[in-house]
Parts: sequence; structure tokens; C-alpha cells
Amino acid sequence: MEVGQMQRQWVDYTKSLFLEGFLDGQFLQLQQLQDESNPDFVVEVVSLFFEDSEKLLNDLTRALEQPSVDFKRVDAHVHQFKGSSSSIGAQRVKNACIAFRNFCEEQNTEGCIRCVQQVKQEYYLVKNKLETLFAMEQQIVAAGGSIPILELSF
Amino acid sequence: MNLSNGMGSMSTASSSGAWKSADVVSDQFPAGLRVLVVDDDPTCLMILEKMLRTCLYEVTKCNRAEIALKLLRENKNGFDIVISDVHMPDMDGFKLLECVGLEMDLPVIMMSADDGKSVVMKGVTHGACDYLIKPVRIEALKNIWQHVVRKKKNEWKEVEQSGSVEEGDRQPKPSEDADYSSSANEGTWKNSKRRKDEEEEADERDDSSTLKKPRVVWSVELHQQFVGAVNQLGIDKAVPKKILELMNVPGLTRENVASHLQKYRLYLRRLSGVSQHPSNLNNSFLSPQEASFGAMSSLNGLDLQTLAVTGQLPAQSLATLQAGLGRSTAKSGMPMPLVDQRNLFSFENPKLRFAEGQQHLSSSKPMNLLHGIPTNMEAKQLANLHQSAQSLGGVNMQVNAHGVQNSALLMQMSQPQSRGQILNETSGTHVPRLSSSIGQPILSNGIPSGVLGRNGIADNGRGAGYNPVQQNSSMLNFPLNNSSELPGNNFTLGSTPGMSSLTSKGAFPEDVNCEIKRSGFGASYDIFNELHHHKSNDWDLQNVGLTFDASQHTNTMHGSLDSSVLVHQGFSSSQRSAQSRNPSTVGKAMFSIGEGTHHVNVQNNGQHLNSLIVDNTVRVKAERVPDASSQTSFFHEQFGQEDLMSALLKQQQEGIGATENEFDFDGYSLDNIPV
Repeated sequence: MEVGQMQRQWVDYTKSLFLEGFLDGQFLQLQQLQDESNPDFVVEVVSLFFEDSEKLLNDLTRALEQPSVDFKRVDAHVHQFKGSSSSIGAQRVKNACIAFRNFCEEQNTEGCIRCVQQVKQEYYLVKNKLETLFAMEQQIVAAGGSIPILELSF
Repeated sequence: MNLSNGMGSMSTASSSGAWKSADVVSDQFPAGLRVLVVDDDPTCLMILEKMLRTCLYEVTKCNRAEIALKLLRENKNGFDIVISDVHMPDMDGFKLLECVGLEMDLPVIMMSADDGKSVVMKGVTHGACDYLIKPVRIEALKNIWQHVVRKKKNEWKEVEQSGSVEEGDRQPKPSEDADYSSSANEGTWKNSKRRKDEEEEADERDDSSTLKKPRVVWSVELHQQFVGAVNQLGIDKAVPKKILELMNVPGLTRENVASHLQKYRLYLRRLSGVSQHPSNLNNSFLSPQEASFGAMSSLNGLDLQTLAVTGQLPAQSLATLQAGLGRSTAKSGMPMPLVDQRNLFSFENPKLRFAEGQQHLSSSKPMNLLHGIPTNMEAKQLANLHQSAQSLGGVNMQVNAHGVQNSALLMQMSQPQSRGQILNETSGTHVPRLSSSIGQPILSNGIPSGVLGRNGIADNGRGAGYNPVQQNSSMLNFPLNNSSELPGNNFTLGSTPGMSSLTSKGAFPEDVNCEIKRSGFGASYDIFNELHHHKSNDWDLQNVGLTFDASQHTNTMHGSLDSSVLVHQGFSSSQRSAQSRNPSTVGKAMFSIGEGTHHVNVQNNGQHLNSLIVDNTVRVKAERVPDASSQTSFFHEQFGQEDLMSALLKQQQEGIGATENEFDFDGYSLDNIPV
């Protein structure tokens, strides 16, 4: 596949992520922050997010497995996750967190467990998508091309 | 940019000495602004750091609050502004905020993914100069420098206005900067300010332009000495002058003590206010004395009752305040110069925020804060207030100068939605309540002196969805006591300790400086609570009519009231809603902030009020306080609850016992109030 084609694919893929709601405007902000001095900024941040999220999700799951669930703690974790996911633009994850918090408030264990599943699902989905995207970018760069600038407007 | 000379050099200046007053005027400002970012979330931290660097700021990041404090302490003048997350595992963000405010007096911006009203309100009451909602956008960060500028500006003003002679002739010299305890920053600012002033030749700046007040760093020991002195004197009697004497620290000026005292009071108030939540927040701060307000100032921190007690407080006002609140005890202790009832909104539980410092108040410019009037200040109002507040900005300084406790009560209006609730509640109390979402001008000195109306913030695309207005609006802190009546959420007042916070979301401008004191003006804010829900927009000031009535001053409102503050309880009626409004509509509180002469004369107001009140239309806060001088902008909110008014009045009468003549309620008879 030649570079131009790869680039087009990349653009289409990225657009689809936005259209499907996996990513939102915040992700664009991240992309705009990336520059020559920091060419891998987005990848770095997102990787950091993944790392942090794994931990968070584990803590969350464990907290919900306790015989007596500490909803405050659970809520704190979810809140944190909401913050970080929204910071990178992972919209669906963020929304799942918002819903999750409601259940925490109600101290509804069942609901919370369901939510955790939901959140995890969204997280893995977006993780997958982003990894695919980054792989595409690497290919483009390896082929000597450059990542196109997105001109999406929200 | 006015301060073009300053910041640019900051990045290069390693120490204050690097700042040469004249030669480093750089146009790079705000590049080089030294920001400290604190957040336990590594992802956010990284993103923020990158964003800030893109804005050309100098960023230091840390993920623990303790580390942040350590950094700040070790490097007293090493930072210009702090951005901190609210929820952190090792220390609550608000705690950090307080510490920074007390010790280092730096502007602090809070951030969180949590945009709940109460949290935001907390930010305001704790003195945050801004509140950002995550995800933070770079646009929001671009303008944070304004907080730094504002703070400096206020400090300058404070210095000036306090007539500090000590610094009077200091010629700040770049080389001397290093000698000062002030941070380079400070020096920079002062220099820039000085220069600016020199150019402008402005007004008051003239002699103070050369004033370079070294920034006092309140170390732990110093603070302890201070606290010791305050305790020795008694918190109520602690006056800057005496504290200064007791502390006996060479080089410390009365102004330094005064402003620190203010913050300290705010801090205490917050602490104690938590419990009183329901009741407090009615601090109506009247602009000081001087003639006009007077009464309110004494309200600082004092329970209304206390205030009421003193003859000064117009019985009416007290009554109103108390009555509304259901307090019938009028306390006299407060020397409220003119407590105009109007000034005191009849909030449910008016509580004077700052109990102490009455004496300060008298000397300082109290700001009229509508207490506890649940007013829904929509953005407009806020904006209006803001405007006025800005003009009043001076007040803030002044107040500081006088060590007035933040006369500015932050009235943070809770969201309009809450109004509905308020409405219900008010019915019970008859106290005109300003619906929570009133953004009242904040006359809070307490709030870090940097409180400034923030115009800019709003515009900065905070992305937090904050209504700009909020920021602009000055917040009046009204201690709302009616906890019972107002749902906590409605009024943040209740919830905020010591602060009547009807906050509109977002960081309330603590920076709103109400220059209420221009000349002892009485800030009268006409706050109409907008009980309607404005809903989508918290800041929809439409309903809230804050009116600053500059023109209304008449000191002689009441016999004893100077009254600059005329509090009209406005009921936001109908406009929106409802029916339910009636009961709840709080009387329109009119705060007129008038400089000097602008005092609302309650008495005269009978008619005046009518005219003011008559306005049923929601005034969109288009009235902005034109400028410092004219601070009065009137917000009219629909006025209309006659029953409330009468109830109010009645209560006043009962509660106060009477000094009707003082309140001149006669003039303000109900029938004057158009329903």
C-alpha cells in the first residue's frame, strides 16, 4: 500500500472514530498539542492513560468484589477514571463512567457491577481502536509519509 | 497587555534581581508565567503540562499535594499561580488551596471532572480564583495569567488605598528587588505596575505608583505569631493595628496584617461556617462606613442578630434579615452603621459573616452583601454584579486595607433550578430570598484578595461551561441562614461555611472586587432572586435583577443608617415561573453600590423602590457597572411579592422591636411595593 493510500485510510479511520463517538473534541486538542518538539505526544499520553486505566479498573473490580462494598471508594475511582478518560477524549468511556456514578450514589451494587462491565467494555474497545490507529500511523511514518492533519470541526 | 514588561522577563529572571524595572519590559507576558500543577492523575498531569508549555508558561508538575506545598514553601516566590485538582488521595484540594492562600497568597485554580454546584461553590468559598472543569482545554489555560495580574493589581490598590504610607516612598528599584522579601514576581509586578502607573499618572496611583510593597511571606512562625496575637486580642477585637503591635515584627505593616487578617477570617469563617451553614450566609456587608453603609460592615461575620441588635442596624434590616430567618432576636452588638434593611436582604437567616471586625468594618469599606437572599442571579446579574463589583473592585482592596473581613459575602447563587426549591422554602419564611442563583457581586475581601471580577475568565473559553457571567459578577456573599428553607443545594450558602454562597457554578469571582468602597459607598445590590429556573444557563441573569443603584444613595436612609445599601428584596416573579414564585420570591434585594454618594436612600426609596421594584420584567443584566465610579447598576428583578414583602416587613418589625424609624420602613411601606 502506498503512502497516500495509507494516509487516506488513516483519515477515514480517524473520522469514523469521531463519528461513532469513541473519541471527542478533546482528542483533537491532544493532536493539536503534538508538534515537532513532541512528535509522539499523543501516543505517550494515551499509553499513560492505558497504564493508569488498567490499574484503576483492577482497583474498581476489587472494590466491588468486597463483601461490603465501599461505595465512596468506588465512586472515587470512577471519578478518577472519568477525569482521565475525558482528558484524552475517550467519550464513550467517559459516558459509561457518568452512568456508573449514578449507581454508586444509589449504592446499588448490582448496578455497579453491571456498570463496571460496561466501562471495561468501552475501555477495551477504545483501546483497541486507538492501538489500530497508532499502528497505522507508524506504518505511514515508516513508509516515509507524514500523518495528515485532521480538520475535523466539532 | 498592560503589564507587558513584567512577565516576559520572568522566565529569564532567576531572581528578583533580574528584574529591572525599566529594562525588562517585555512583551512576552504572560510567557514565562510560573505555574505549579498538582494532580494525582498522571494522564491529566501530562496533558496539562503540555498545554501549559504550549502557552509558553513555565510548568512544574507534581502529583502529590504535600510535595506541592513543600515546593511552594521552599521556593516562596518561585511560582505565580497554582493549579490543583480537587480530589486527591493524600490531601483534599481545598485544603491545599487554603494553605496556599494563607501562606503564600498565590492565586489558585481548582480543577475537577466534577462540575457539581456544591463543589464549585466550595472552590469559591475557599478562595479559589477559578474553577476549571475537566477535560481542560487549552483555551482555558491560556488566560490564567489574568488571575496573577488581578491579584497584583488588587494588592496594589490595597496598598494605595489603605493609604499606606510606609511604602509610600519606596522607590522600587530593580536592584532592590532582591532585597525585598517580595518575590521576583512581586517585584516584577510592582515594577510593571509602577511603570504603568507612572505612565498613567493615574489617580490614586500617583504616589503609590512608586510604592513597592514587598510581599510579606507569611511563614509558619509569622503566622503563628499572628494567630497568637489575634487570640490574645480576641477574634472580635483583633484589629490590624493592635495585632501589629502585639506581633512586633519589624518591617511588617498594618496593611500586611490587615490583608492577612482578612484571609484568616475567611478561613475561620469557612471552618465555623460549615456548621452554621444553614444559617449563615447572610452577611451583608455594607460598605463601610463612612457614612454610608456602615451598618453592613459591622455585619461582617456577625450574625445578623448581632447586627440587628446594635441600633445601627436598622431594625428593619435586621428584622428583615432575621425575620426572614426566623430569628427574632436582634442582637445588638453590631455596630452597624447603617444597616439598611435594604442592605440586608432579608435572607432567611442572615448571618453576618464576619463576626469580628466590626470595628474594622466601620473603618473599612464594607461591602454590602446581600445576605442570604436567595437570589437567582442569573448570569446577567452576575455580570452586572460583576461589573459593579469591578468598579467596586476597589472595595476589595480597601477592605483589605482595613482589614475588613471580607465584607464581600459571597453570595453564590445556586443554580436557578434550585430556585424552585427555594421558592418553596421561602414561602415559609417570608423572607425574601434571593434565589440561589444569584450571582452577586462578591464583596469578599476574604476571598483571596485577588478577587476580581473576572471578565476574562468567562471569556476564556473555559470550556467548563461556566458562564462567563459568573465570573464577572461580583459575588456578594450572603450568608444565608436559611438552611431550613433553602435546600442546601439551592443555596450554596448553607453549605458553604461562612459564606453565603449562592454560587453560580464556576468559580465565582472571588476576584470580583467590589469597589464598594469607593468612598464608603454602600454597595447596594439589587438582587432579585430569580427563582425561576433558568436553567440551562445558570447564569441566566435575566431573572435576577441585580441592580446596583448607584444613584441611590442617600446616606440618610434611615436615621441611623447610612445606608448605602439598600436592599430591596426583589422577587423574581413571574417571570418565569411561576407561581411558585410568589412565596418564594425573595424580596428584591437591592444593593446599591454606590460610591460615596451613591447610597440608596431607603427612605427615599419608598418611591424609589417602587420604581425599582415595579419592574417586573426580568432585567437582563445588562446593566453593568459602568465603572468604578458608577457602580450602581440596578438590577431589577421582577418584583413582586407583595406578600413576601409584607411578611418581611412585619417580621422585621417584630423582630426588631422596633425602631421603625430607623429603618425607615415607613418609607418603605409595603404599599409602595408594587406587586
